[in-house]
Amino acid sequence: MAHSAPNENEALLDGIERAAFDYFRQTANPANGLVADTTRERWPCSIAVVGFALSVYPVAVERGWIARDEALESSLTVLRFFRDSDQSGAQDATGYKGFYYHFLDMRSGKRTWRSELSMIDTALLVAGALTAGMYFDAETAEEAELRAIVDRLYRRVDWRWSQDGGRTIMQGWKPESGFLHYGWEGYSESIILYVLALGSPTHPLGPDTYKAWTATYQWENLYDVDFLYAGPLFIHQFSHAWIDFRGIRDPFMRDKRSDYFENSRRAVLVQREYVRRNPREFVGYDEECWGLTACDGPTAGDAGIEVRRRLFGYAARGVPYGPDDGTLAGWAAAASLPFAPEIVLPTMRTMARRYPEMLPDHRYASGFSPGLVDRDGKYWVSPGHYGLDQGIVAMMIENHRSQLIWRLMRNCSYIVTGLRRAGFSGGWL
Amino acid sequence: MTRTRQPRDDDTVADDRVERERMENVRPVDWRNPLPKQRYDLVVIGAGTTGLVAARIAAAKGAKVALVERHLLGGTCLNIGCVPSKAIIRTSRVYAEMHDADQYGALVPPRIPTDFARAMRRVRDIRARISRSDSAQRLTAAGVDVFFGQAAFAGVDALTVKDATLRFRRALVATGARPDFPSIPGLAEAGYLTNESAFEVSEAPRRLLVIGGGPLGCEMAQAFCRFGVQTTIVQKRPLFLPREERDAAQILSDAFAREGIEVRLNTRVVNVRAAGGEKIVDLVSDDYESTVTVDAVLAGTGRVPNIDGLALEAAGIDYDTRHGVHVDDFLQTSNRRVYAAGDACLAHKFNDTADASARIAVQNALFRGRQRLSALTVPWCTYTDPEIAHVGLYVRQARERDIPVETFTIPMHEVDRAIADDEEVGFVKITVKERTDRILGATIVARHAGEMISEITVAIVARIGLRTLAHVIHPYPTQAEAIKKAADACVRAGAMSRAQHPAASAVEDVSRIRPR
Repeated sequence: MAHSAPNENEALLDGIERAAFDYFRQTANPANGLVADTTRERWPCSIAVVGFALSVYPVAVERGWIARDEALESSLTVLRFFRDSDQSGAQDATGYKGFYYHFLDMRSGKRTWRSELSMIDTALLVAGALTAGMYFDAETAEEAELRAIVDRLYRRVDWRWSQDGGRTIMQGWKPESGFLHYGWEGYSESIILYVLALGSPTHPLGPDTYKAWTATYQWENLYDVDFLYAGPLFIHQFSHAWIDFRGIRDPFMRDKRSDYFENSRRAVLVQREYVRRNPREFVGYDEECWGLTACDGPTAGDAGIEVRRRLFGYAARGVPYGPDDGTLAGWAAAASLPFAPEIVLPTMRTMARRYPEMLPDHRYASGFSPGLVDRDGKYWVSPGHYGLDQGIVAMMIENHRSQLIWRLMRNCSYIVTGLRRAGFSGGWL
Repeated sequence: MTRTRQPRDDDTVADDRVERERMENVRPVDWRNPLPKQRYDLVVIGAGTTGLVAARIAAAKGAKVALVERHLLGGTCLNIGCVPSKAIIRTSRVYAEMHDADQYGALVPPRIPTDFARAMRRVRDIRARISRSDSAQRLTAAGVDVFFGQAAFAGVDALTVKDATLRFRRALVATGARPDFPSIPGLAEAGYLTNESAFEVSEAPRRLLVIGGGPLGCEMAQAFCRFGVQTTIVQKRPLFLPREERDAAQILSDAFAREGIEVRLNTRVVNVRAAGGEKIVDLVSDDYESTVTVDAVLAGTGRVPNIDGLALEAAGIDYDTRHGVHVDDFLQTSNRRVYAAGDACLAHKFNDTADASARIAVQNALFRGRQRLSALTVPWCTYTDPEIAHVGLYVRQARERDIPVETFTIPMHEVDRAIADDEEVGFVKITVKERTDRILGATIVARHAGEMISEITVAIVARIGLRTLAHVIHPYPTQAEAIKKAADACVRAGAMSRAQHPAASAVEDVSRIRPR
């Protein structure tokens, strides 16, 4: 493929980043600042998506897409909502112990879908709040208020409670049944959760918790690539949206003579090797078309599609063990941009050219299945858009272009403390 | 689908003959216990795998041996456990392959009627055949005094069986284990199958609920499902096979879902009641309550040691009901004359481990051995499809002990024979101590993982490094080649990070000239 001119790449990235950002403006409720999980009708707010929204407002200001005042207003509105929200832990409250229910009603902000109090999603929300706190640094009354709220939200999270007396953080809690544990083991997107929980001045975890969590890591040699294994790509991306892992290492990575940034790069290589082999022989998979991650996918009930293989709907797809039903996420490739631009940029261009329907108006659909074609010859594309996808795409493109979020968060004392307590050292730290 | 075929009269007659043959071997009706010798070198309590192995070895070495069995010779493994379940799993695999025939380039039969009774007759045939080798007559001929009846200790060096008193220099408790019944309200009243009684039914239930997602529960759920039984499996933990690594458990969950087993993870059974010939089962998952109606419930897939009625206190033997008889690393109990082996005392309740522990106990009890249980390398396998086999340390265990490790992973889709067989689901993961090739453990998920794991076990026991396995020619194409591929990857990784290993280039050359 001919090498594209740098400004062509810039235009592509700019279009996609802008479209991703616009998701948050389109789906936010101006009254309380809550942002919908997806563009679908009557869909609730996901607290993690609010975390992404708080992180991309500064990006939009710097890019000149919105005024600083507007970003400040949107941020303040939602932060005030969380500050004043019902923290009683009741079945229809908003949160408990400083954590929040995963899904909230867009209007009332109360728990919906009987969702769990989510530790990881609260961490993503808090990371977004801290980002806003770092960005809005002016000595004005409003920006000072914002910083005070952020500090209060962070300090009131009772991370230690979330251990339920155990060695690691539990994955959820419900007022009806208590703590939940889904048996998630191994490397996951939880570094940001542990770093925030370790850095807390009020309810910090003991340093042994990080060791206990990382004890479940699996360092594997797969397709001749040595890396800290996790199947879905998003695991290799989410914590990286906020933390610049280049050159900083915890004891595990020191031992492996690697770092998490390099690891995410290797995850791209593994992903590419998998699609190259394409063991299940799905249509469309090749070196410039990949992206197995947690995303929306087709289900057996989707209209007009007859297929004998199993379909997984929304699922955490991964390599090399699946689940894999032929569904890819264009945004998952894009969100790996900082780690391997020389691989990801051609992939983004190729996927956009071949499958324009998965990138309507420059905004990625959650997933698409190139080989799953309906009677009209159209391949399956997830309808609408998901906030998590747009958030990670906007942040990672921005980190690639200007490193804005990374630069902000390198100066966040809570993150720095958390990283140090987890045993990170070296590099910018 | 035709569910069952009515047995013909001659089937029934043949069945009776087979069962008579087996009973004649394992519990002859006209058996008379021999007159006890004045004192035995070894009295073995329990004639399952452990007891049979111990009695035969001790007798072959010239010891005076008595073997006491309260039920059937052969124990759980032969009569109700490993052998019947593997025989039934074989039949269930045939059904699965018929349904998936087009995947193998064959035609799916227009009708696939199942006949559970026929499969059960095959089980009984196999059981009878295997039972011949350890029949009461053969044991007697081998010099073992066989006593049927409940043994109870009557002092530190004696026990009673019926009216007889057996005095011993050494005794071995080898009473095995039995299903562990969960205490679920209504379950006992409603009635349920266990892994023991499930093989005695002649007709499969239409709908079955399996309680427990450990190895036995998983094996049974899949086997019954493949017989056309609408199967639900309920596991209170977030994953099946909690001991196994996450990917293995996940692959199994996926396989179950693909086959149509209804998987209920993170779910507890809170109540069972019978009504109108059906069983109504209440489930709770977090805060979500649901009810499932089935025709049979299978429970008791955990195992608890058999220690009831033994009067262990009379001999000063420490025990508890959960872990069984307490033993030290030499398998000696708190009574120095008494040893224990097998499921009655071990955490690993496997037939092969029972066998190995029996050998250690006899050696230590009679021949002044100092063999340690902890020196055993114990592999295990769950006989689902794909099978899940493991040996040695798990990565998590190594990391908890601060042993740096790396794992060489070969997905089965990298293996030509697995592709040819259309058995690509699974992997070989071999874990070595970092920057060495010393194998610490391995997990294999593959259709025949149980067969493949032995190569790794040999390497661990004989201290053969992973790089050495790269020099071993594995017949091409075989699925075990996955192990060689992992070894090759280890060589290549070493070549990249260290001075070139002498074998590395040779390995590359061989793989290049291999016919594809």
